[in-house]
Amino acid sequence: MAFLAPSAAFYFIFVLLPIGQSGLYSFYDWPGVGPRADFIWFDNYIEAFQDPIFWRSLGNNFILVFASVGVQIPVGLALAMLLAAGLRGMRFFRAVFFLPVLMSTVAIGLLWIYIYNPNFGLLNAILGAIGLSNLERGWLGEPGTALYAVIAVVSWQWTPFYMILFFAGLTTIPVELYEAARMDKANAWQRFWWVTLPSMRGLIVTASILALMGSLKYFDLIFVMTEGGPSYKTELLATNMYRQAFTLFRFGYASAVAVLLLLISLTLTTAVLYWSRRTNGQNS
Amino acid sequence: MARTAESSTDTSAHGNSNVPRVIRRGTLYVVAVFVLATTGVPFIFMVMTAFKRPDEFLINLWGLPQGVYVDNFVEVFTGGIGRFFFNSIVVSFISVALILIVGSLASYAFAKMKFRFNNPLLLLFLMGAMIPVHVTLIPVFILTLNLGLYDTIWALVGPYVGFNLPVSIFILTEFFRQIPDEIEEAARMDGASRLSIFLRITLPMSVPALVTVGIFSLIHIWNEFAFALVLISEPSQQTLPLGLTRFYQEFSINVPGVMAALTLACLPVMMLYLFAQERVISGLMAGAVKG
Repeated sequence: MAFLAPSAAFYFIFVLLPIGQSGLYSFYDWPGVGPRADFIWFDNYIEAFQDPIFWRSLGNNFILVFASVGVQIPVGLALAMLLAAGLRGMRFFRAVFFLPVLMSTVAIGLLWIYIYNPNFGLLNAILGAIGLSNLERGWLGEPGTALYAVIAVVSWQWTPFYMILFFAGLTTIPVELYEAARMDKANAWQRFWWVTLPSMRGLIVTASILALMGSLKYFDLIFVMTEGGPSYKTELLATNMYRQAFTLFRFGYASAVAVLLLLISLTLTTAVLYWSRRTNGQNS
Repeated sequence: MARTAESSTDTSAHGNSNVPRVIRRGTLYVVAVFVLATTGVPFIFMVMTAFKRPDEFLINLWGLPQGVYVDNFVEVFTGGIGRFFFNSIVVSFISVALILIVGSLASYAFAKMKFRFNNPLLLLFLMGAMIPVHVTLIPVFILTLNLGLYDTIWALVGPYVGFNLPVSIFILTEFFRQIPDEIEEAARMDGASRLSIFLRITLPMSVPALVTVGIFSLIHIWNEFAFALVLISEPSQQTLPLGLTRFYQEFSINVPGVMAALTLACLPVMMLYLFAQERVISGLMAGAVKG
């Protein structure tokens, strides 16, 4: 028991207890200073459900989920296959490809702010140099492009993570499966579809769950690059919560948003986990 | 050519078996170089710009710098980046040390000791990995204020340990479970206590797992931003990520200045990566691969 005590203490004090406290705070209207006295039942939650910014932020989180699962995972798998193709110098390629995952999200966010800068940014400069100046724009400042610009950076940072994950999986696929396929005159595409994909199924599901979990919690990069703007176009659940709490000093309402964020994350994650266990059990 | 697993997983859809090998191979190399550029160019841009004079940068966006101009780095140092590094180092090392000590003790209990609620408690810990930190920001902020730790780096240790324990315990428990019980039985029969078995037998055998957990936690804590943002505002106490945003706000259009700060910030991780690439990669992937 004593072995567990220190961990339990940290975990309880800094994780579990605060969750409970957030739940408690969410029922109050409280600016953070002064006593917490204004008990307003579920009004904060009702306000959240009626707040278009809340729904936009939820929508943006989901767009992020789809972008992560729909872009980072397939591209990660493709890159993993590229690495596994036995080209020379792959160790070097792999080492460089993985760099973005290591870097502080803040550093990456700041770097890309400059790359996206409309006047002296690298992206517009390159577009201009290759004759595509009509594509130049204020990537982070324009409502139409801001969200996708940020998502591009998220993908840039995280795709290599999935690449490494899938690469590990690819190397465990028995060679015999491919040989058998070749003997059946299967071409490259068929080999991919009938051998590679099914063998990677479990890992793809795991990766999707990780992408889902990560996307719902996302905060750092958006906060640094756009703070949820312009006009809340890049607002996420977490950035909204932060603003409500520490810029607008609405601790009660912010706690409600945080609780909703937690509930949404837990529900979706458990649902996907449960679904994947069930279908795995039936198919194996 | 030997039929290794690598060459047989050449499942690229870049053509069927009629396309000459050279063209297929060539296309793959082109793709690889393109991805290399996409990944590397931002970093190259960052480092190159760090060596340019601010006015030079505005007219020479992406050429090589004319001469090596190190004043940006000097400015960044006098701007206090050393302090940010120091703070990050102290917080990181203390937190990681605590995680390793406290986490390995707990994992040992979960893996080797039979007690009621063993499994439910383990599950409770592991669920922590799914929890967004934001749901604890306000209460932890208030707790920090009440403890008088606000605006000090010590405020960060508690949350950092708390939130990194789930994955650490997950990894270590798995690892400990695989240590055969017989080894410990023998020591037990000689009358050794649990604690001394843990210290003298289990831990020395677990160095790889401990290193993995250490690297995983270290990198996450080193780069952590949300708690630092909320719990610290005094510049002398800021950790590196927070400090970088301050440089950004202060230097603004002095792009080379900001790039110098970013370059310096990336340096430690790059060094670690250069020396121990495999360890770093497998450390960072640890939570995922086992899952």
